Amino acid sequence: MNLDAHIPEGPIDQKWENAKFKFKLVNPANKRKFDIIVVGSGLAGGSAAATLAELGYNVACFCYQDSPRRAHSIAAQGGINAAKNYQGDGDSVYRLFYDTVKGGDFRSREANVYRLAQVSRNIIDQATAMGVPFAREYGGTLANRSFGGAQVSRTFYARGQTGQQLLLGVYAGLSRQIKAGRVTMFTRHEMLELVTVEGRAAGIVTRDMVSGKIESHAGHSVIMASGGYGNVFYLSTNAMGCNVTATYRAYKKGAGFANPCYTQIHPTCIPVSGDYQSKLTLMSESLRNDGRVWVPKKKEDCGKKPSQIAEADRDYYLERKYPAFGNLVPRDVASRNAKLVCDEGRGVGPGGYGVYLDFAEAIGRLGRPAVEGRYGNLFDMYQRITGDDPYSTPMRIYPAVHYTMGGLWVDYNLQSTIPGMFVLGEANFSDHGANRLGASALMQGLADGYFVIPYTLGNYLAGQNPKKIDTDHAAFKEAEKSCKERIDTFLAIDGKRTVDSFHKELGKIMWDHCGMARNEAGLKSALELIPALREEFWQNVKVPGSGATLNQSLEKAGRVADFLEFGELMVRDALERDESAGGHFREEHQSPEGEAVRDDENFAHAAVWEYKGDNATPVRHKEPMTFEHVKLATRSYK
Amino acid sequence: MNLTIYVWRQKDAKDAGGFEKYTDECKGISEHMSFLEMLDVVNDRLTEKGKMPIAFDSDCREGICGTCSMVINGRPHGPWKATTTCQLHMRAFKDGDVIYIEPWRSKAFPVIQDLIVDRKAFDTIIQAGGYISTNCGSAPDANSMLIGKEVSDSAMDAAACIGCGACVAACPNSSAMLFTAAKLAHMNTLPQGKPEEAQRTLSMVGAMDSAGFGNCSNHLECEAACPKEISGQVIAAMNRGYAKASFGKR
Ligand SMILES: Cc1cc2nc3c(=O)[nH]c(=O)nc-3n(C[C@H](O)[C@H](O)[C@H](O)COP(=O)(O)OP(=O)(O)OC[C@H]3O[C@@H](n4cnc5c(N)ncnc54)[C@H](O)[C@@H]3O)c2cc1C
Ligand code: FES
Repeated sequence: MNLDAHIPEGPIDQKWENAKFKFKLVNPANKRKFDIIVVGSGLAGGSAAATLAELGYNVACFCYQDSPRRAHSIAAQGGINAAKNYQGDGDSVYRLFYDTVKGGDFRSREANVYRLAQVSRNIIDQATAMGVPFAREYGGTLANRSFGGAQVSRTFYARGQTGQQLLLGVYAGLSRQIKAGRVTMFTRHEMLELVTVEGRAAGIVTRDMVSGKIESHAGHSVIMASGGYGNVFYLSTNAMGCNVTATYRAYKKGAGFANPCYTQIHPTCIPVSGDYQSKLTLMSESLRNDGRVWVPKKKEDCGKKPSQIAEADRDYYLERKYPAFGNLVPRDVASRNAKLVCDEGRGVGPGGYGVYLDFAEAIGRLGRPAVEGRYGNLFDMYQRITGDDPYSTPMRIYPAVHYTMGGLWVDYNLQSTIPGMFVLGEANFSDHGANRLGASALMQGLADGYFVIPYTLGNYLAGQNPKKIDTDHAAFKEAEKSCKERIDTFLAIDGKRTVDSFHKELGKIMWDHCGMARNEAGLKSALELIPALREEFWQNVKVPGSGATLNQSLEKAGRVADFLEFGELMVRDALERDESAGGHFREEHQSPEGEAVRDDENFAHAAVWEYKGDNATPVRHKEPMTFEHVKLATRSYK
Repeated sequence: MNLTIYVWRQKDAKDAGGFEKYTDECKGISEHMSFLEMLDVVNDRLTEKGKMPIAFDSDCREGICGTCSMVINGRPHGPWKATTTCQLHMRAFKDGDVIYIEPWRSKAFPVIQDLIVDRKAFDTIIQAGGYISTNCGSAPDANSMLIGKEVSDSAMDAAACIGCGACVAACPNSSAMLFTAAKLAHMNTLPQGKPEEAQRTLSMVGAMDSAGFGNCSNHLECEAACPKEISGQVIAAMNRGYAKASFGKR
């Protein structure tokens, strides 16, 4: 597997300029002859599809929702980072770069991260020009707030709906191109296979989720922007339809999958309330700006009402352990500490897996109207779900799976190991290392789609023949056939258990053994449990109905079947990475204070997995990560 | 709690469809469940019996994507104010309740299956002009244009629309005025949107009319049903804008 990252020459701050200058250009008259397939209409896919269409390419864009406006980017609440230094508080491209590399626990590629920080500034300009109503100061300038893991105020936001507003901006641009006939939009279409011809990406096979039709779509390039795979845990903050199918199918066609074990557990979610639970709701991280996290000092107090626990009996454990960052420590640190205190028996609420997030001090200091102005919609949401009023009693929160840093391996140009297939947004692995900082995913998705792919794709296409690719090619027919056979198999099993019951069981295995804390014995047992569950799935799943109509059980069956294979790859990756790094916490590797301990000598690399067949063990390759600018150091937020 | 639900079942667009009653499947429902989790439980039980589960749309399940869409006891998104179906919790109901569940009903939103409807008409309205025509790469520095906080906040109020279609489902005429007007208010309020204001208003209203939505007769049921509490005042603003734009054209 060729893992040449193609990092451009020159000093880090000139690499992207140099690359852009060296890139070959596509003759404007030829652009419309190139068919580009974009899987995904979120921030990454939607911005790519619109921008490539603006440049003159012929784009087809796919999403499984009924409208591109509903991609899961819509759910992001807190904000988007950019090194604008509008607050004059010492921010710069270099500082954003530095924070991201450090926050990622030194497992990301410096050159990519630097470029991300550079283009972050253009994103805010672009989004504003598209009519995104970012929050503003009375004087009319853009407002900022600070976010976990950063000491400067560089986060732009639109109330608690930043993702929604950014996505609606992207959707507006995309709609304009659809109207102009330059983008053909396929909604309620699920990608089931990637097709390669002579080793290059040549198209995809999809299922029309309404008619059930299996269709081939050919293109000179396939851009994957299908989001993250957090739903392998069943319970996560992801939307119900988020899946690994698109990227996993590409992996099975030869794309390297990098660092699948890196998952981010978000510290501030509403705790699980019962086994019927279908998803977990995030409470924006911005709450940690004003909320104080605590649990009772004594186990005996856990059953009491929070108001009955005296100030002196409360343990504000983040403030105590990390005086410099306090409640604003990065996500992995905040999550792990919540688990730690709950494991000690000091958790609160039903089941004992919850900690308080308390706004009493903020309400006292700022007054209720100010708190309402900042967080009103989040407080309402909390009250609707739990029935508790967070103005009068502290919220209860607990960490939940939120984001996946792992993804398809890409080089500096965002090209995967399959020539012609590019991967954008959460679906790739490139920028966040082993842990992502808050407000950086929106930034990365838009950087990739608006400002990187329009250049790097041209460089690839300039070397390609614009002749139409034919979907009659045997590779398409074969892929269609295998999709149909798989669907027929699901429908024919007629077992006893629902798809969801398998998904829940897999989720529990993943959470227990490959969740917030991992160890060798647990991972090894997961390597036994997952194949056994998979076996049972293929014998005993029940998928009613037919393939020729809308069939939600069938859709889920396809996704869960892929999760059942992918989960094993994740566990394997977690087992092989015999160190702790960012979101990957191996209990064997911790300091006496319970902090993650990296092993830079043996693991300062991205692990890239190569598929070798259904009955063979995948092969682990390495792309070394070298750090020339940010000195390898132990992260400290004390 | 134990419930009785009547659910609209319809195989496909051509099927006539009708209500089916479920009681056994709705026993032992917890008040902490969300409404959709209650339906998940019902669906699991139906599947185990070899029956087709109830098809319904949902994705984010946190009230922001606008995918979930059902009429519960005659009200789009059910009894709670400013709440989408996915955020409605069973605390809103009590033991022994009878609940009727139907899809959005509008000529412009044909039923695909059971509770799932086709809302492409909304996309068509946005494609007609719900954007600012600027290409990527040509934007000036974001702070080079100062926008007063009030202006920006009022654009944001309108931009909060999630495009779920509850407004259409609530309207006796199936009008899409609130949806269209909210997008126009968002875009036309901001200075960036001003240059295309008249054209945008004319084409979006035109697209809305030709998509088969009804007329507005000022019932403002839309405003009451909107999970994001978009104000009906945007409709008046749209009407004024439309009159002005039509006049300008002549
Ligand atoms: C609750 C929540 C809050 C968040 N808050 C923040 C925040 O404040 N700041 C921040 O920076 N980040 C935040 N994030 C992370 C961030 O929102 C995501 O990482 C980012 O939006 C992902 O964008 P994307 O374009 O890569 O993928 P998505 O937006 O998930 O889009 C994926 C697209 O791919 C399509 N797709 C997927 N699979 C298939 C398939 N098989 N076939 C066809 N189409 C397919 C989908 O239809 C969709 O259009 C948050 C995430 C969550 C879950
Ligand atoms: S499922 Fe997203 S708003 Fe209800």
